[in-house]
Amino acid sequence: MKKSIILGALTVAGLSAGAAAAGTIDDVKARGTLNCGVTTGLVGFAAPDANGEWQGFDVAVCRAVAAAVLGDATAVEFVPTTGKTRFTALASGEIDMLARNTTWTLSRDVDLKFDFIGVNYYDGQGFMVPKELGVSSAKELDGATVCIQTGTTTELNLADFFRANNISYEPVPIETNAEAQQQYLAGACDVYTTDASGLAATRATFEDPSAHALLPEIVSKEPLGPLVRHGDNEWGDVVRWTLNALITAEELGVSSANVAEMATSTTNPEVARLLGTEGTLGEMLGLDADWAKRAIETQGNYGEIFAKNIGEETPIGLARGLNAQWTDGGLLYSPPFR
Amino acid sequence: MSDTHEHSIPFVRETELPQQPAPSNAAGPVKWMRDNLFATWANALLTVAAAYILFLIFSSTLPWIFGGLWTTSSLAECREILQGTSAACFSVLTERWNQLIFGFKYPPEYYWRPTVALVLMFVALAPVLFFDLPRKLLILTALFPFAAYWLIWGGTIWIPIMALVGFIVGYFVYARFVAQNFALGFFGGVAAAMVTWYIGGLIVPMIAPAVPALEAVPSRDLGGFMLNMMLGLTCVSLSIPLGIALALGRQSSMPLIKWICVVFIEFIRGVPLITLLFVASVMLAYFFPPEATVDLFLRVVIMITMFSAAYIAEVIRGGLAALPKGQYEAADSLGLDYAQAMRLIILPQALKISIPGIVNIAVGLFKDTTLVSVISMFDLVGMIRGPILASTDWNGVYWELLGFAAVLFFVVCYGISQYSQWLERRLATDHR
Repeated sequence: MKKSIILGALTVAGLSAGAAAAGTIDDVKARGTLNCGVTTGLVGFAAPDANGEWQGFDVAVCRAVAAAVLGDATAVEFVPTTGKTRFTALASGEIDMLARNTTWTLSRDVDLKFDFIGVNYYDGQGFMVPKELGVSSAKELDGATVCIQTGTTTELNLADFFRANNISYEPVPIETNAEAQQQYLAGACDVYTTDASGLAATRATFEDPSAHALLPEIVSKEPLGPLVRHGDNEWGDVVRWTLNALITAEELGVSSANVAEMATSTTNPEVARLLGTEGTLGEMLGLDADWAKRAIETQGNYGEIFAKNIGEETPIGLARGLNAQWTDGGLLYSPPFR
Repeated sequence: MSDTHEHSIPFVRETELPQQPAPSNAAGPVKWMRDNLFATWANALLTVAAAYILFLIFSSTLPWIFGGLWTTSSLAECREILQGTSAACFSVLTERWNQLIFGFKYPPEYYWRPTVALVLMFVALAPVLFFDLPRKLLILTALFPFAAYWLIWGGTIWIPIMALVGFIVGYFVYARFVAQNFALGFFGGVAAAMVTWYIGGLIVPMIAPAVPALEAVPSRDLGGFMLNMMLGLTCVSLSIPLGIALALGRQSSMPLIKWICVVFIEFIRGVPLITLLFVASVMLAYFFPPEATVDLFLRVVIMITMFSAAYIAEVIRGGLAALPKGQYEAADSLGLDYAQAMRLIILPQALKISIPGIVNIAVGLFKDTTLVSVISMFDLVGMIRGPILASTDWNGVYWELLGFAAVLFFVVCYGISQYSQWLERRLATDHR
């Protein structure tokens, strides 16, 4: 009893200390490394390779921020977090930013006191069925057995979708993606539903991926984005505009291959501002002029990062879809660099 | 033989008949099978059914195992070679072997360090496990934790040396005063060790060389089966003395001590280990300022040790309760004080009775170390579930990886249980 009172008091003290310690950007610069929270492993988004180097779509965002702030894309301490530990790791200051395909929701943004700094992947809940089932739309799934992870928002979305369309289903509760994969392949359920990117990654591991189809319906909005602690807006700005720089670079045709050349010879004023040859955008962020140039040089623009980690050339084979630039009919729309 | 009987007895055998083999249905494998496998119709049916099931299992698993591929670089390549036939893709084990054993961040050029520590571990455990070996070898056992710490974590050698010096000073103070009074010796020893460590903490940064002989490796970089072994060994060896203290405390006649021990034991036993681990990894982070967190490995060791100590305390309490009351009275009548009675009479017998229970908990604890994978530590199971299955090359390889983990754990746990059976026979505890 007494112990818990002491611990509680320490908690309060710790929280207030964490809130009072402003200036994450100064901490990061003083430390010389960026502490970035990632998953313990998710195909295409973050996983260490055979040499122990972290690779993936979310990892690239961490590295881009490190390149912008510290000038070294390898100066990142990756802190693997699970779905359960990720928010406390960020709130307690163990990590400076979290890039762990986390859905931007109101309660996380407001109630948990975080700031989502943007969206790096627009996901949504989809359905996967074996082609031999002969189903072409999720609305034809009346009476189907559905494998679903328990305790997730996908479970609630599924119930909403079936109720809205007035059709019935039988849920098969499962715990992890690995379990779902086995159950689905063993025929324990007709349909597997989770985020569309996860479905694509799962399908890529099947012996015969072509025997399974993703249905066109996307039944939920899952905007995944990096987040930082609430209340440190200078740091939030740095992370937000690093992500925006990657998106803008693709829009303006700046890539890792031509960034050095563009920086010297461009005639487009926005490219010049982005790459720091014109204006003082870097200075406003508390960084040097080359910050965005370094991020793009080391990681490539958004399109390159997408193609390298989860794009159609990779085993995961995700199409750009919603994640195309707004000029191509997608949702990626970075505010201007001005 | 006389000649008179020559005609009355037509033939007399002069030598013994050589022994005939028993009829084939009354000896050898046929008899064994008739006795054991086909004694009755029902047994025969069961035998046939069991043989058929075994055949089904082996006919599907053995080709899968022996047809396994060991040299491909991804699951897709495995499938390409196999062309639809069913066989294992063991290449994941060969390609990720180091990650499975050492975790993915331990510097590859230092893999020899934990390996040497593992070899030293066997040397250090030998005199503890096999008490026929010369007692002098226990000195090696006492030195092992410091050597292993230095090898695995690296950094300046003065830290483990100072820790060792603290223990030595504490021991000498204890030895000096224990003849007068056990409590005086014990607490004097602890105090002396604390003072030494405090002074050592001030001195070490001054004398430590700028570049240590072994480069420091942070706890976060430990992983793989090495982490399971380290957690298992550290927690078992720490929780046995703590468990003894708790068991004795629970039987103490001092109400304060007694109730603290009772509450501790009952609280810990009433809480799942995974909850304690979450507290260690998630909650404790709030209590410390961001830059001054206690090492995650240490936090987990503390929690697991507390957990297993509570269980071991109960096992030892069972051993203490099983001793006849006469043993306690005999110790009293010899004029021994409490500490002497416990050390010389009661505990040696009680611990002997408790061995099977302690081993049981040690085996369970060792397997429980895989729970740390849920708090994002990369032990063997964490490596499999996280990085390896999440790599695009190996996503989808379940049987091979988890089977490998099962084999590793089985080898260690079966070894421990065989040792405990040997120990029980050796001590013949069932004669009591």
